[in-house]
Amino acid sequence: MPKRTDIKTILLIGSGPIVIGQACEFDYSGTQACKALREEGYRVVLINSNPATIMTDPELADRTYVEPITPDVVEQVIERERPDAILPTMGGQTALNTAVALAKRGTLEKYKVRLIGASYEAIVKAEDRDLFKRAMARIGLKVPASVMVTNRQAAPQALDAIGGFPVIVRPSFTLGGTGGNVAYNREEYERMIDWGLAMSPVGQVLVEQSVLGWKEYELEVMRDLKDNVVIVCPIENVDPMGVHTGDSITVAPTMTLTDKEYQVMRDAAIRIIREIGVDTGGSNIQFGIHPDTGEMVIIEMNPRVSRSSALASKATGFPIAKIAAKLAVGYTLDELTNDITRVTKAAFEPSIDYVVVKVPRFAFEKFPGSDPTLTTQMKSVGEAMAMGRTFKEALQKAIRSLEVDRYGLVSLSALDGLTPSDAACVNAKESIKTVLRAPHPDRLWHLADALRAGFSVKELADCTKVDPWFLDQLQQLVDFEAQLRSASHPLLDTQHSALSTSLMWQAKRLGFSDRRIAALTGTTEIEVRRWRQQAAPAGTTGGVTYKRVDTCAAEFEAHTPYLYSTYERECESRPTDRRRVMILGGGPNRIGQGIEFDYCCVHAAMALREEGVETIMVNCNPETVSTDYDTSDRLYFEPLTEEDVLAIVEREKPLGVVVQFGGQTPLKLALPLERAGVRILGTSPDAIDRAEDRERFRELLVRLGLKQAESGMARSVDEALRVAESIHYPVMMRPSYVLGGRAMRIVYDRDGLLHYMDTAVKASPDHPVLIDKYLEDAIEVDVDAIADGTHVVVAGIMEHIEEAGVHSGDSACSLPPYSLTSSMIAEIRRQTVELARDLKVVGLMNIQFAVKHGVLYVLEVNPRGSRTVPFVSKSIGVPLAKLAMKVMLGRSLPDLGFLEVPPITHVAVKEAVFPFTKFPGVDVLLGPEMKSTGEVMGIDQDVGWAFAKSQAAAGVTLPTGGTILISVKDRDKSAALDIARRMLRLGFRVQATKGTAAFFRDQGIEVQAVNKVKEGRPHLVDHIKNGEIALVVNTVGSKASHDDSASIRLEALRKGLPYFTTMPGAKAATMGIEAMGKKGLSIRSLQEYHGTGSAKR
Amino acid sequence: MKKALLALADGTVFEGTALGFDGETVGELVFNTAMTGYQEILTDPSYHGQIVTMTSPLIGNYGVTPEDVESRRIWAAGFVVKECSRMSSNWRARQTLDEYFRRAKIVAIEGLDTRALTRHLRDHGSQQGVITHQDFDHARAVQKAREAPDILGRDLVADVTCAQPYEWMEGTGAWRPVSGSQGIGQAEGGPARSHGNARHHVVVYDFGVKQNILRCLVDLGCAVTVVPASTPAERVLALKPHGVLLSNGPGDPEGVPYAARAAQQLIGTVPVFGICLGHQILALALGLKTYKLKFGHHGGNHPVLDLRSRAVTITSQNHNFSVTLPPAPEGSVPADGRVMKTALGAVRLTHTSLNDESVEGLASLDHPVMSVQYHPEASPGPHDAVGWFEDFSRLMEKAHA
Repeated sequence: MPKRTDIKTILLIGSGPIVIGQACEFDYSGTQACKALREEGYRVVLINSNPATIMTDPELADRTYVEPITPDVVEQVIERERPDAILPTMGGQTALNTAVALAKRGTLEKYKVRLIGASYEAIVKAEDRDLFKRAMARIGLKVPASVMVTNRQAAPQALDAIGGFPVIVRPSFTLGGTGGNVAYNREEYERMIDWGLAMSPVGQVLVEQSVLGWKEYELEVMRDLKDNVVIVCPIENVDPMGVHTGDSITVAPTMTLTDKEYQVMRDAAIRIIREIGVDTGGSNIQFGIHPDTGEMVIIEMNPRVSRSSALASKATGFPIAKIAAKLAVGYTLDELTNDITRVTKAAFEPSIDYVVVKVPRFAFEKFPGSDPTLTTQMKSVGEAMAMGRTFKEALQKAIRSLEVDRYGLVSLSALDGLTPSDAACVNAKESIKTVLRAPHPDRLWHLADALRAGFSVKELADCTKVDPWFLDQLQQLVDFEAQLRSASHPLLDTQHSALSTSLMWQAKRLGFSDRRIAALTGTTEIEVRRWRQQAAPAGTTGGVTYKRVDTCAAEFEAHTPYLYSTYERECESRPTDRRRVMILGGGPNRIGQGIEFDYCCVHAAMALREEGVETIMVNCNPETVSTDYDTSDRLYFEPLTEEDVLAIVEREKPLGVVVQFGGQTPLKLALPLERAGVRILGTSPDAIDRAEDRERFRELLVRLGLKQAESGMARSVDEALRVAESIHYPVMMRPSYVLGGRAMRIVYDRDGLLHYMDTAVKASPDHPVLIDKYLEDAIEVDVDAIADGTHVVVAGIMEHIEEAGVHSGDSACSLPPYSLTSSMIAEIRRQTVELARDLKVVGLMNIQFAVKHGVLYVLEVNPRGSRTVPFVSKSIGVPLAKLAMKVMLGRSLPDLGFLEVPPITHVAVKEAVFPFTKFPGVDVLLGPEMKSTGEVMGIDQDVGWAFAKSQAAAGVTLPTGGTILISVKDRDKSAALDIARRMLRLGFRVQATKGTAAFFRDQGIEVQAVNKVKEGRPHLVDHIKNGEIALVVNTVGSKASHDDSASIRLEALRKGLPYFTTMPGAKAATMGIEAMGKKGLSIRSLQEYHGTGSAKR
Repeated sequence: MKKALLALADGTVFEGTALGFDGETVGELVFNTAMTGYQEILTDPSYHGQIVTMTSPLIGNYGVTPEDVESRRIWAAGFVVKECSRMSSNWRARQTLDEYFRRAKIVAIEGLDTRALTRHLRDHGSQQGVITHQDFDHARAVQKAREAPDILGRDLVADVTCAQPYEWMEGTGAWRPVSGSQGIGQAEGGPARSHGNARHHVVVYDFGVKQNILRCLVDLGCAVTVVPASTPAERVLALKPHGVLLSNGPGDPEGVPYAARAAQQLIGTVPVFGICLGHQILALALGLKTYKLKFGHHGGNHPVLDLRSRAVTITSQNHNFSVTLPPAPEGSVPADGRVMKTALGAVRLTHTSLNDESVEGLASLDHPVMSVQYHPEASPGPHDAVGWFEDFSRLMEKAHA
């Protein structure tokens, strides 16, 4: 069927900020969709509030709105752009929910816009649990028994109807299973119902029969308008039902299903997509299978592309989102060509001749007090995928891709090298068994330890319900480790006896890292590598071979160099003789390193292409645009470790490697790579080290005469105490080479310091700890600059809203600065230029400054692409990362025509987005350790509106009336007075705790005084609970007051109220509310802000 | 771990590890891209004389069950995998694949670069090969591969067909296909138990029939009689069938000229449905030609276009030979389904492969005769094409109306 001609303009809705459950995968799908639709000549209008996305690059759409994704705003976009259709299936749950809201309020009808891909009816049928249940019953498929609950009174009845514990509690219409959990007793159950009702935007919770321990599967299904249906990829979860699939280790293809069972599941998937009526495109369907009877239940269906479809695309080479977009405009599967084979069609089912393992990455260390038990609510912040020719190889590669400093199945209980009869193993058995009872982020390693301690596969299968097949795979690895260890050092003797040679290659084929082999055999990683290089068979480099991902298991020739490493006979990498540059990606998403870095890597690839240089991308994050085989000329889906990267370098021999763009991951590899003789493009690794190493950095600042907060260096606890006492508390503790402020903390006293040194040393063992005087109430400033070794352009100066001490990734900021004096801005420029010149920066650089009492302090210099590069690029309309890449190839800034930033008349505000609702009980206070998962941008002519938009985009709707509650520490009272005055003027009522209220009264303002929690009832938390409060301002000083007021913040979070825990934040909110009162919302596209095509350089 | 060798007639040798029965075996090497269904593949008589390489690297994970067989024994001459699971994990598993091989005396090999082997077969074509656990001399092994009998023109059917006619009663049971656009309709009162209450009586020529063909017929309410491949047409007609099914089977259709002769006699007298080898035999009977494909179609993901409806079906395929299409007449539109004049009337091309445009289905315009190159009975593979059996049923109904 040819494409539709009744449609000219298509609106694509993005997924907004990165949150747990919705990450880069929707930039990947949205970007593919934009490209696919424009290729067909459609006019594409896009809305997404996340500036760090490739899809919001102005070249990718005809109109790009970086605006909050709310029904009101999207309606304005529709009114301005008059699209003929909306494609709602590319932007995750956010886009789907927005489309449903627009249909419900009549917007679609009013503007005659139709939904393509999935109709309103299909979306509702798939998303509404009741309708879905009925639909499944109609086609004779089973779903777990369930009852919908809308109030806590109905909870006991629901429980009776289900037939007892355990039960699954699933709030409706939440993302990533937010608020979902497993209840084993009545007390837990009631608590979970309350929380679930609060989390669900529609106040509905499904109480569902537990199928805990059943095997879990997912199928990715595609359908076209002619009702052709294909399954792109079956996925099996290693973790059985009960763990959210995003938190599960998953494998493709399925490992333990017979063809008979698989075909029954496949039949069911096809009937489901037809029954639900998803017209075109991809859907994801989840199944549970009883391990002992084969009974099958349908868990759920997502009528859209998803994280799993991104994974399936990367796992097979079948670009689901791209094809889905083309199907949505009328093509059929047989009309679309398979990009990889070029001769076959998209109407087929990929066959894969390798094993794909995805492993989640968690961040519980960032959220002290959170419960690390894995449940039906997703808690991981990222994932790594690896490919190998066997499960064992893929699993071990996936482990080292995670970058958690584990290079294999290391023992967490110090059982490495022991046998079950050793005392340590006997002693460890009980504790291992205990920890295995509930799913846990470290379960994989605990299972290996359990096998070391002598548990049988059967015992572990009974206890964890992990399929025995997977446990046996672990058993094989554990057994082999023992064998390697007993072979010990002679393994590496220069003669390499036949036995040791075969053992060694066997180890590599099983996926063992050089590092792990070295640890097991008592040698070094470098020795193992040297051995490999000497003993390697001809035609390989160090024994490594690369295989192509081709969708068809080698049946047809692959034209796309999408490669993974393995230890086999034949290598298919076939490097070309073009000039080529290798870009190292950022690896799995984590807090502090996410989509922003992938954005930079993708831009680097685009710039190289523009310069006629071949690009080689290395990354292991399946969610990203960088790992789309379209992005670079050659893609290596590989772990970002020294071993794996060097192997590719050896094979490809690029003219240089780019480490600036992928965050800390590649940066950490800069020195080892240079040592191995690899040319690092751009700023030299030595300069990077001068900026990263605290001691060398201090020398640099001293030499340039720049100010730093008083500080000292400590390598021991005693030294730390001495330094802290000499510069006076409070102090900021900073380890070297860390990401996202990992283990950074403000310490107020001696006890705090001792506790810190006790717990944080692990963060970075080879580097000392820097102790700074904490600059209380200073203004923090972020600067992004670009330099070519001679010229420096200060691209963006961002004034933080929150004070210094809050991690820069967690604070909102404004570009241009909104309160700094012009002389201070000039000084910031001067110091930036001076630092860039001294470090001979070639490429990007980011500096963090603090301004206190008119004095400028340098906090940090990062000679690399920073988290704010995409934000600045979108704000000023200049593709900084692209320019930086060209500079690194030797072009000069004058040559590129970039010597100053075009003047802007708008204000862009970046705001951070936090995962606190995923971790009930964790305090929401901000500090030097980064906790946000993503960011949004608010852009407007008016700074107040820009802030208000940033809040709305982050999911916080600033109120225009009601009561604000103020409870602040003494030092903030005068600032709070100003806020109270302005809010009263805006018609708000103000409540304040007694001390604050008294202070206000002294200053001539009358507000309602309320009790603190400990002062008796009704207290302020009662008021919040009763829905009397519209906004909360709460700051705290001492540790004691933290704990006292935690319930305020928790309750505000639960109620979804806007809350501000810093005075600058509260002030900005006031400014936003004032702006909202003055004029209504207005929107503009990036193309209008910057002049169409301004970003093309 | 015991060493093993795989050698090809063109001199390529792979070293690996011994799997299954300790011995030596020769056959034509083919690769199969299905990711599930190794037991069905092993027991499919069409693989008689062939050594099968699975492109999916991990095989044997779910073990072996007596239920998932397609015939009375393993027919594949040998088996090549990247890694065979030492453990079987599935609620129906009764033994491991290795045990299964040992009992059935099947020689297999694992631990080699099966992707490199597959690419080699893709580029250089299927060819004779040997797996040996005993003699590791490369030159001798290659020589053995060269001496292995060629499949071209050979009658492999005689080895696999049944000795005596028999009746088949069992349906697909719990594994009933339901996804196809029509699916197999439930016969009134359930599967036929005897000829008396059957919807149709179907005689199946056993050229190496997969049992799932028989099960699908029973699901439809057919009474099924299976007869040996060499049964003369008169003997079949004497059974007064409502329809005759020419089954799948191994090897070259030109190796079984007696089958084409029988088919010629059946055309026009009774509805005939050919599957795979049966389809090729029917084509020969109609006067069309067949040829050997470079490396065949073996897998569960082959897209086939129905030229009449333009619908695409994902199919299970296993064939080394294909029907040659006569040159298109001047001005014809292939998309409409080409019509060919044959000795026995006009034949329409109904289905083609989306991958290589080879013939996948034919229908006579003058007689109740239709045929399909792939496997509507699936097993292993997708159920999407199961509607062919309904079509056959309708063909029989129409003919006897």
